[in-house]
Amino acid sequence: MSVIAATPARKAPWWITRHETLLALILVLALFALGAFNGRFLTVDNLLNQGRLMTEIGLIALPMTFIIITGGIDLSVGAIVGLCAIMLGYSWKTFGFPLPLAIVFALFVGGLAGFANGFIITRVKVPPLIMTVATLALYRGLAEGVSQAHSVRGYPEWFYVLGQGEIFGVPTQLLILLVLTVVAGVALDRTTFGRTLYAIGSNETAARFSALNVNRAKLIIYTLSGLASGLAAVVLVSRVTTTRMDMGMGYELDVIAAVVLGGTSIFGGSGTIWGTAIGLAMIQLLKNGLALTGVKGDATIVVIGVALILSVLVASSLQRRKE
Amino acid sequence: MSAVTAGGAAAPRLGFLRRLASQEGLLAVAIIAIAVVVGFINPRFLAYRNLADVLLGNAYIAIAAIGMSMVIISGNIDISVGSLIGVLATISGSMAVAGAPVVVAWVVPLLLGIGVMAAQGAVVAYLRIPAIVVTLGMMSILKGGLISVTGGKWITDLPQSFHLADLNVLGVPMPVLIMVVATVLAALWMRYSPSGRAIYATGGNAEAARLCGVNPQRTVVMVFAIHGFFAGIAALVYATQLRIIQSTTPPGLELTVITAAVVGGVSILGGVGTVVGATLAAILIAEITSALVFINVSPYWTDALRGALILATVIADIMRRERRAARGRRK
Repeated sequence: MSVIAATPARKAPWWITRHETLLALILVLALFALGAFNGRFLTVDNLLNQGRLMTEIGLIALPMTFIIITGGIDLSVGAIVGLCAIMLGYSWKTFGFPLPLAIVFALFVGGLAGFANGFIITRVKVPPLIMTVATLALYRGLAEGVSQAHSVRGYPEWFYVLGQGEIFGVPTQLLILLVLTVVAGVALDRTTFGRTLYAIGSNETAARFSALNVNRAKLIIYTLSGLASGLAAVVLVSRVTTTRMDMGMGYELDVIAAVVLGGTSIFGGSGTIWGTAIGLAMIQLLKNGLALTGVKGDATIVVIGVALILSVLVASSLQRRKE
Repeated sequence: MSAVTAGGAAAPRLGFLRRLASQEGLLAVAIIAIAVVVGFINPRFLAYRNLADVLLGNAYIAIAAIGMSMVIISGNIDISVGSLIGVLATISGSMAVAGAPVVVAWVVPLLLGIGVMAAQGAVVAYLRIPAIVVTLGMMSILKGGLISVTGGKWITDLPQSFHLADLNVLGVPMPVLIMVVATVLAALWMRYSPSGRAIYATGGNAEAARLCGVNPQRTVVMVFAIHGFFAGIAALVYATQLRIIQSTTPPGLELTVITAAVVGGVSILGGVGTVVGATLAAILIAEITSALVFINVSPYWTDALRGALILATVIADIMRRERRAARGRRK
C-alpha cells in the first residue's frame, strides 16, 4: 500500500500491468477457447507435439531477444539454418566426417556466420539490418552453391533421438529449449552481461561512456544468434530426417514475430526472455489453431504478418501514451 | 552532401579519374569488362540474342530498383516489393483473362501498388514503426495471401493485346524503353526538383530537413507511393513479357532489388545515391547471372555471388564514408 502512496500514478500491483502477464492471460484464454472449439487440441499429445514443432524457432528467438533489446536485428537467421543444415549433411556425406564431428562442424559454421555478422557490425559499423540482409543473401547463396540442390538423407538411427525422441515423455528438443530458456532468462535478468544489453538498447552512447564493453557484448549476441541457428538446424534435420538447401526459409519472420509479440520493444531497451517464451507459444498456438480449423500453411503466415504489425503498433502506441 | 559533388570538388586535378571512380562509372566499367572477358571465353555470350534476353528479362528489376533507391535514400527499406510485384502481376493477368479491358488491367495494378506502398509509408512516417517491421509483415501478408488465394496456379490464355512488353517503339522494345525513360526522369527529378532533393534531405538528417522547411513525414509517404508506382510498372513488365504468369511471388526478388539499389551506390545510411547507379547495377547483376552460365559455373552459385557483391559494396560504402569524415576532421 505504501508503494501506491509513494507513486500515485501506479494503480495496480506492478505485475498485473506487465506485458507478460497480459500475454499469459490471453494465452491461457486462447488455449481453452481452442480446446472448447476442437476436441483434438487440448490433449497432452498435441501440446507436446506443438512443443516439438516450435523448438527450432524458439532456440533462435532467445538470442534474437538479446539482439532486439540492444536495438539491433538479425535477418540472416533463416539463411544460417539453411547453411548449417547443408554443412551438416555435406561434411558427413562428402567429407566423410563422423556424424558427431559433422554436428560440431555445423554448429561451428553457425557460430562463425554469426560472428562474421557481429564483427562487421561492430568494427565497420554497418547497421545490423543491412548487414544481415546482405548475409541473408550470402549465407543462403552458399547453402545453394555448396549443396547444388542435392539433399542428404539416410542418417543413422541414433541421430533421430534429438528431433524425434523423447525423455520422460517430453520431446528431447523441447527439454533442450526449456533449459536454454532458463539459462538465457537468468543471464539477461541477473548478470552484468544481461544488464549491459539493456543499457546498449536504451542509450548506446551512454553505455559506452559508462565503460561498458559495448562491442564485445554485441559480438557475443550475434555469435550466439548464429550458434542457436546452427543448433536449430541440427534439430530440424534430425526431426525431418533430410537436409535441403531451402531449410529455415522465412524463419526470421516467425522468430521476430515471437520476440516482438512477447513484448520486446523493436526500438530496443526493453523486453524479457519470459515474454519471448509466451510470444513463441502464442505463434505456435496460432499456427496449430489455424491448422486444426482447416486453414492451410500459406494462410498462417498472413496471420503471423498481421500479428507482427499489430503487436508493434499496440506496443508503440502504449509507449507513446506513457510518455 | 552527395558523393558526386564532394568527390569533384575535393581534387580537381583528378577530376576525370574521380568521375570514373564514382559508383556509376565503376559499374559501367564492370559491365563492359565482364562482357569483354566472358565474350573472350565464350563468344556466344555476346550474341545479340543473348544480350537482348538479359536486358529484356531483367528490365523489371531495374525499374523496381529505381523506387527502392528512393526508399533507401530516404532512410528506409522495403522488403515487401517482391511479393507486391507477384501480387500485382497476378491481379493484372487475372483481370485480363476475365475479360476486363486491357487498359484497366494495366492501370489497376499501378493504383494498387501506389495504395499499398503509400499505406506502408504512412504507418512508417506517422506511427513511427520501423520500415523493416512494417514491410516484413506486409511481405508475409502478400506472399501468404497470394498463394492461399490462387493455390499457385498458373495464369494462361492471356489475350494478345495484354502483352505490353511485346510492343516496341521505333524498334526499341517496351521494357527497355520504360527502363531508360523511368531512370532518366527519376534521376532528373531527384536531382533538380525541390521534392526530389527533399528525399536526400530527409534521409541525410530528418531533423535538419524539418528545420529547412521539408516535411519529412510527407516526404516518406510520397517516396513510398512513388516506389509503389514503380513496383506497379515493374509488375506490368514482368506480367506481360511471358505467355504465362506464375501466380506466386518470384523467390528472392526483394533481395535482388535491394542488391541493385545498394550496389548502385545508394548509401544504406540514407541521404546519398542515384537511380542511374541502381539501374546500372541491376543490369550488372543480370549480366553476371547470365555470364555464369556461359563460363560453366553452376547457377546455384548466383545467389552467393549476389550476396558477396552486396556485402562488399556495403562495407566499401561505410569505409569510404569514414575516410571522408576523417579527412573532413583533419581540415
